[in-house]
Amino acid sequence: MADQQPVLEIRDLSVEYRTARGVVRAVDGISFSVPKGAILGLVGESGCGKTTVARSITGVLHQSARIAGGELLLHGRDLVSGPPKAWLDARWREISFVPQSAMNSLDPVYRIGSQIEEVLVHRGGKTRAEARARASALFEMVGLNPGRLDEYPHQFSGGMRQRVAIALALALNPSLVIADEPVTALDVIVQRQILDVIRDLQQRLSLSMILVTHDISVVAYLCDQVVVMYAGRVVESGSTREVLEQPRHPYTMGLTNAFPDLESAAHELVPIDGSPPDLSQPLVGCRFQPRCPFSLPVCSSDDPRTEVAETGARFACHRHAESDLLRRHSRDIATWQRPQ
Amino acid sequence: MAAGRAGAAPGLTGKLARLLRDPFTVAGLTIYAVLIIVAVFADQLMTHDPGEILFRANGRVASNQPPSAAYLLGTTNLGRDVYSQLIGGSRIALVVGFTAAICVAAFGTLIGLLAGYFGGKLDAILMRLADLALAIPFLPFAIVLAGFSRSSTTNVIVAVVLLLWPNTARVIRAQVLTVKERAYVEAARVTGASDARILFVHVAPNILPLTFLYGSVAIGWAILTEAAVSFVGFGDAKNISWGYMLQDAFVSQALSRGSWHWFVPPGLCIILVVIAGFFIARGAEDVLFPKLRS
Amino acid sequence: MTSAQTPTHPLVTASGLSKRFAAPRRLSDLFNGQRPHIYAVDGIDLCIGKGESVGLLGESGCGKTTTGRLLLKLTEPSAGSIAFDGVAIDTLKGNDLTAFRKRAQLVFQNPFDALNPRFTIERVLAEPLVNTGVERASHRDKVEKALAQVRLPPLSRFEGLFPHQLSGGQLQRIVLARALVLEPDFIVADEPVSMLDVSVRAGVLNVMREVRATLGLAALYISHDLALVRYVCSTTLVMYLGKIVEQGPTADLLKMPLHPYTRALVNAVPVPRVDQSHEALPIIGNVSDARGQPRGCRFRDRCPMAVARCAEEEPPLRDLGQGRQVACHLA
Ligand SMILES: Nc1ncnc2c1ncn2[C@@H]1O[C@H](COP(=O)(O)OP(=O)(O)OP(=O)(O)O)[C@@H](O)[C@H]1O
Ligand SMILES: Nc1ncnc2c1ncn2[C@@H]1O[C@H](COP(=O)(O)OP(=O)(O)OP(=O)(O)O)[C@@H](O)[C@H]1O
Ligand code: SF4
Ligand SMILES: [Mg+2]
Ligand SMILES: [Mg+2]
Repeated sequence: MADQQPVLEIRDLSVEYRTARGVVRAVDGISFSVPKGAILGLVGESGCGKTTVARSITGVLHQSARIAGGELLLHGRDLVSGPPKAWLDARWREISFVPQSAMNSLDPVYRIGSQIEEVLVHRGGKTRAEARARASALFEMVGLNPGRLDEYPHQFSGGMRQRVAIALALALNPSLVIADEPVTALDVIVQRQILDVIRDLQQRLSLSMILVTHDISVVAYLCDQVVVMYAGRVVESGSTREVLEQPRHPYTMGLTNAFPDLESAAHELVPIDGSPPDLSQPLVGCRFQPRCPFSLPVCSSDDPRTEVAETGARFACHRHAESDLLRRHSRDIATWQRPQ
Repeated sequence: MAAGRAGAAPGLTGKLARLLRDPFTVAGLTIYAVLIIVAVFADQLMTHDPGEILFRANGRVASNQPPSAAYLLGTTNLGRDVYSQLIGGSRIALVVGFTAAICVAAFGTLIGLLAGYFGGKLDAILMRLADLALAIPFLPFAIVLAGFSRSSTTNVIVAVVLLLWPNTARVIRAQVLTVKERAYVEAARVTGASDARILFVHVAPNILPLTFLYGSVAIGWAILTEAAVSFVGFGDAKNISWGYMLQDAFVSQALSRGSWHWFVPPGLCIILVVIAGFFIARGAEDVLFPKLRS
Repeated sequence: MTSAQTPTHPLVTASGLSKRFAAPRRLSDLFNGQRPHIYAVDGIDLCIGKGESVGLLGESGCGKTTTGRLLLKLTEPSAGSIAFDGVAIDTLKGNDLTAFRKRAQLVFQNPFDALNPRFTIERVLAEPLVNTGVERASHRDKVEKALAQVRLPPLSRFEGLFPHQLSGGQLQRIVLARALVLEPDFIVADEPVSMLDVSVRAGVLNVMREVRATLGLAALYISHDLALVRYVCSTTLVMYLGKIVEQGPTADLLKMPLHPYTRALVNAVPVPRVDQSHEALPIIGNVSDARGQPRGCRFRDRCPMAVARCAEEEPPLRDLGQGRQVACHLA
């Protein structure tokens, strides 16, 4: 797998938004790659830039956004510097996208079935009759009753609309699916069914996927690799097992510890106190420093370098050498209750 | 409010920006812009009084003169300057067109908002009225109205508004029905907003682009109607509009006399202005309802 | 919390609550002359005490959001009645309605649609205060307070920003802040933290617990996240196709679920470990929808334990003592 060319490689990507408050650098020089047939989980705190990354790959950034640097290599070809036409083609034929706002990505004035058929006919080259049959099959696949194909979006519940969006993304057998929080609005049973459908497609069609999520258990269930972002940067990445079981960055440690499971949920949940930095201001040092319980003086003055372990795992923390020790401390609730 | 500021509301500003990239829309807007400028500076642009009968040096009426330096577009058979009439006509076109358009847009939008938002009986009544108005043949009604109650520009405007509001109202109503389903409207309700506030603060602004769209079509229609009414002789004789010019040319047999310079310019102006309305509507439709095409 | 165990100070009570929607007709309906309906909510009773947090679990499309909307008078019930603080809400009008709105708020399920795209964040948050006539001078303080409660930075960080310029999780917290800004007595929180990562979620949930303790906020948490319900709700209801199939104290209900659906739900909870089981779930098939009112138990097609009786008789919600109720013949 390692010597195969990755489906997608992101190199040093930066994205900026123009706002009334100035330029916000929402993504600041991130790199990672998606191997063929792998599912990569993209996790991180709310507002850290996950959606921005997902949208820049699919080329559907907001008008006020600008790719400020870096490369997006799809099968080795750079989309950013290439002609816009090539990007558009790639987007149509190879990449499909389930937006985070999938729940309202449907057009309110058309029947749901006809919206799916539209895509199948115009982009999938199917006949009307084929499209109808395929739409029913897709509905079944995501656990919806095909008898309701002729309803309008407002007649569906939030989770049902979310499932329609997933069905749409899988409709044309894309080679790369980018799904932004696809299962957040779904109950655990439907969620599990859909994750199983995705896993099945991955195995049968060697589908590659970037799964943006905040849910560590979904990552654990489905993903081969995981990339952890914090405030526009990648702080840690590697195989799911390595990152979840031996996190080397304090933010990842906090993330894996704050998870409430059913048994222990009655105890106090420990948030990581404080909020992420304002990305419209220039930043020095480690971005996690103000909230990090382990920070040293060097953390507020120098950017931590990204280190690479033999296993291919990457992490950016000044104290990475002591990660075993920090991990032990991080399991203690008191560590997180009062960061310096 | 924050329109024009970087990253302002996506709805209107973003859409307007895209609108300005559409060549048809730009052409339409340019025609309107020229019309407005000409109408505003009409006094400076006119070389003669459009109603004045001109005389030649030899004391005879300067009738049916071909275009020349003195009479840019020649004269009519009664010796009036065609060019000045054309410029003066732009003023009437502007007044009629824009007043009617604003009234159509405002009236139609209001009815559409009320019908769509409150639904039920009110909706049924208003929509029956709309059907009724749509069933009336357009031009005969305008002529009858103009004929019955003294021919005046005001009447032409009233006729246009009475006949065109249903189109706007229907589309606005349909749009209200979908905006009404949006969660933010429900959010306004659950946080205690009154119906009026929901309707005018939360719903209406999100529908405004459509109002512009229908307004821009109405401009063309109104000018066309005014021209048609004047052409069949029910116009306001005090106001020399393009339609009046055509009628004047027609009854004076300008066509058989080959006085192209007399009837072609007003005809062309009417066509241009009407087309401008459709161009803008076309572009706006592309931007507002991308699904309708491709 | 239920009819069996009515709280001392009930705030919201509903009985026989139903909501049906017209379903699109199928060809077969033409022949048997039926008017098809979807029974989104089908005769449920519930009671939420002052300062009580109740969880509402259930499959996607089972009627949770509709229940919440009914309780807040955002849609009118097809049958049944609702009382808020002892007053029936179906006839509320004018000032009484505004007073009710001030006390009962909703956190929307879909934050991307819940904010007027033409309003700045500041205006969005002040809107409830404007609508209910709260004096202008206090607006800023109240808004800042609500932002802090949902763990967002102060208003200055949002100056001039519109909803589309925020991330999903930020929007979700704005929606929550908007509900809290009026300092209501009751909120229906429809998936209030579904887009938040655990580190932020923990902070928000702690605040919600705090608000309940200090201000006596009663809440109906609609969620698919069992851990959340476990963490904040004393009582939990489980819905399936418009009916309540099980209810009881959260801890007991999750530890020993009695209804086969609840059991499946609890078993399907993913754990944050790499070596979790990938076994198939015990329940089969897809959600049927609540078209018409079928005979027998609605879960029987998917139930691994179904017996002949389940197809004949609809199981009533039976009281099993210790505050637990379940609608299953075999429990
Ligand atoms: N259109 C925009 N204009 C300006 N700023 C934006 C815009 N979209 C996003 N941002 C900002 O960029 C940052 C990253 O946003 P993004 O949506 O990528 O976050 P995210 O990681 O997807 O978060 P979440 O998990 O909450 O969805 C946020 O701080 C957000 O406020
Ligand atoms: N306005 C409506 N018209 C017709 N049917 C509707 C309408 N609103 C909801 N429904 C139907 O009622 C049922 C319950 O919907 P509801 O939104 O309450 O589900 P939910 O439990 O909130 O689901 P989710 O977890 O997916 O949001 C669904 O079958 C839905 O399709
Ligand atoms: S670099 Fe320093 S502040 Fe940043 S995560 Fe590591 S220890 Fe904490
Ligand atoms: Mg996001
Ligand atoms: Mg819902």
